[in-house]
Amino acid sequence: MNRATLVRFRHGFSVPLVEIPQLSYAQFRESLLEEVAADARVSAYFGRPVSQEKGAEIEIFAILAHDWRGELALLRTRVSGSFPSLTPECPQLHLFERELAEQFGLRPEGHPWLKPVRFHRPWVEVADIWGRPQSEHPIPGDMEFYRVAGEEVHEVAVGPVHAGVIEPGHFRFQCHGEEVMHLEISLGYQYRGIEQMLIGGPHPADIYQLEAAAGDTSIGHATAYSQLLESLSYSAPPPRAQTIRAIALELERLANHVGDIGALAGDVGFLPTASFCGRLRGDYLNLTAELCGSRFGRGLVRPGGVGFDLNGELLQTFKERLKGLERDTRGAIDLCFDSPSVLARFEGTGPVSTDDAEALGLVGVAARACGLVRDSRLHHPLGSWAGGFDTPIIELDGDVFARANVRHREVYASLELIKQLLKRLPGGEISAPLGPLAPDSLAVSLCEGWRGEVVHTAITDAEGRIDRYKIVDPSFHNWSGLAMSLRGQQISDFPLCNKSFNLSYCGFDL
Amino acid sequence: MLSIIRERLRQGHRTAKFPKVEPTLPQRFRGLPRLHENLTPEVIGAAVASCPFTALSNNAGELRIDLGRCLFCADCPAIAHGALSFSNDYRLASNLREGLLLDDEAYRLADKLGERMLKLFGRSLKLRQVSAGGCNACEADINVLGTLVFDLGRFGIQFVASPRHADGMLVTGPVTENMKSALLETYAAIPEPKLVIASGACSIAGGPFCSSPEVNQGVGELLPVDLYIPGCPPHPYTVLDGLLRLLGKR
Repeated sequence: MNRATLVRFRHGFSVPLVEIPQLSYAQFRESLLEEVAADARVSAYFGRPVSQEKGAEIEIFAILAHDWRGELALLRTRVSGSFPSLTPECPQLHLFERELAEQFGLRPEGHPWLKPVRFHRPWVEVADIWGRPQSEHPIPGDMEFYRVAGEEVHEVAVGPVHAGVIEPGHFRFQCHGEEVMHLEISLGYQYRGIEQMLIGGPHPADIYQLEAAAGDTSIGHATAYSQLLESLSYSAPPPRAQTIRAIALELERLANHVGDIGALAGDVGFLPTASFCGRLRGDYLNLTAELCGSRFGRGLVRPGGVGFDLNGELLQTFKERLKGLERDTRGAIDLCFDSPSVLARFEGTGPVSTDDAEALGLVGVAARACGLVRDSRLHHPLGSWAGGFDTPIIELDGDVFARANVRHREVYASLELIKQLLKRLPGGEISAPLGPLAPDSLAVSLCEGWRGEVVHTAITDAEGRIDRYKIVDPSFHNWSGLAMSLRGQQISDFPLCNKSFNLSYCGFDL
Repeated sequence: MLSIIRERLRQGHRTAKFPKVEPTLPQRFRGLPRLHENLTPEVIGAAVASCPFTALSNNAGELRIDLGRCLFCADCPAIAHGALSFSNDYRLASNLREGLLLDDEAYRLADKLGERMLKLFGRSLKLRQVSAGGCNACEADINVLGTLVFDLGRFGIQFVASPRHADGMLVTGPVTENMKSALLETYAAIPEPKLVIASGACSIAGGPFCSSPEVNQGVGELLPVDLYIPGCPPHPYTVLDGLLRLLGKR
């Protein structure tokens, strides 16, 4: 109907708000569904109050990614009170609409699964749609869980505190004997209110909060944040800085993937790979620490560039250590993928179909294991990725094996990428000054973190301060994939399925 | 089977000789801060004002740093003012919250437990870990202690799956409003006598999230703490050093 009213733009640019037309909700709905039918997926979807006044309307923005065109489409509308839910026709919006309901007291009419997401008070002065009292903090996990009734049907509840050294979350299984009929995941225990703290910025504390949005993705989130400020201030970091960021991002991927493969091997009782990989993961982290002093890359990526140079002796150290690490990594990982007893446990466990993955809007490793080609290094490249990445790793079966094997192959691909990046590390500065942020503008930033795409979106006010900052961690999409993978599986396979996704609780909760 | 044995031999023995041999940390590692001497009031004032997490204060004309609030930032603005620098010393744990305040006197590291507690826990310490708003970096670097490099088990320390099996609780994260009751219930479920260890800047004073209304300012606001381990996140050796000091093994 209204194709002409869409704003299409590329990653790395900012769009003045006046250029984004205000659609009626009916137009917005129709355009969004048309776009999704034409192969777009929802990268981000969020609201912001039009003004500070009580009862102000809420503006909704949809960021749709057209991967193969390398384009992003923007849609904007206004609502107040309630609006017809889009979830029944576009399931990948289910959590985004629940978020809107929780944050702004809006009611998406007809939402099939309207429950709180993170258990906090509404962000604006409005009545809570679940009728929770304003005077007290909501109780986490206090919601109606989906229940199955019948003879020999039982319910298993796990968490928030888990048995290992793991973040908190609550899992509710509906079981018939060993078989899981349904798993419902309720999070929010790690909710720190990061998006709210970023309003009015950029503040000096912001980058540290974003590095700790999901601590195992510090480089991913810090890169997304830096790219966003660079887009909004029409500046670009020097090429050398971009390459160092790319190396750090691949090191983060290596550390986590190697660790995950070790943990998967451990979960099926294959101890050699589990112990070797535990050590190797640390060695990759230590390499990041050689670069910036922190095993998690804290302090490396900064708006405008990077904080540390990779030069002289250190460059040599990198090359030598990587050579040894590659040999040990291949030895440790191949052992497990050559072992029939391991493969027998991986194959066919926890499958997610390609259709489900697409409907739920999965991203990253979880999506690529289901045959979906989704990798923002390929589709939405920025910096040193432009033209430098053409090998997304795809598996088709969507089971634990596929997710493990995507990691397995990505480990080797990342090692290769780092070698190339080190070889063509450009000279020059590592940081450039950042200008003031463009006022009344919107920018989107994507970064392919090790779990999948990290999407940051910011809208500035008339003075060029952050008015709304939206973070979408890959885990936000992918927790639904984990729930789906458990259907019809044995409950004893939950740890294995969970590890094969290895999602972030704090990245979801923010 | 043969390939497993061959790979095992090739990977070699990787357990570090800690604590007999000190670890080699990266040159750029940021450990115990060193406050510079003879700072002018202007420099102190500028440094104090520059820290976004109020880790610096002016203590009767002398600069003081609170290691519980310090995130050991790479781009610490106080360094730019010439007020301090970071050393390579990874040993940071303290028994007391006030012990984390560093001024010109030597930093006092954690002491071992009292005689009775040491008799109970000195040879076997079982801990329950509760993540209460952590970003998973502290958790990841505690998990690392279980790998063959650190081999935590050889010191008699183990993380257990139930508070009923635990002698104490190791807390990470600032304690979000949403984790408060789960944390307190876990604590209540641990048999007496019990220890509480706050690991990481968040659990000591709220870390990077200290200004959020959704979090508490660390576990010390809610429970008595026996050991504070600074860092964002603390290096695994910082954690291990703290635990061993508590048990009188260093």
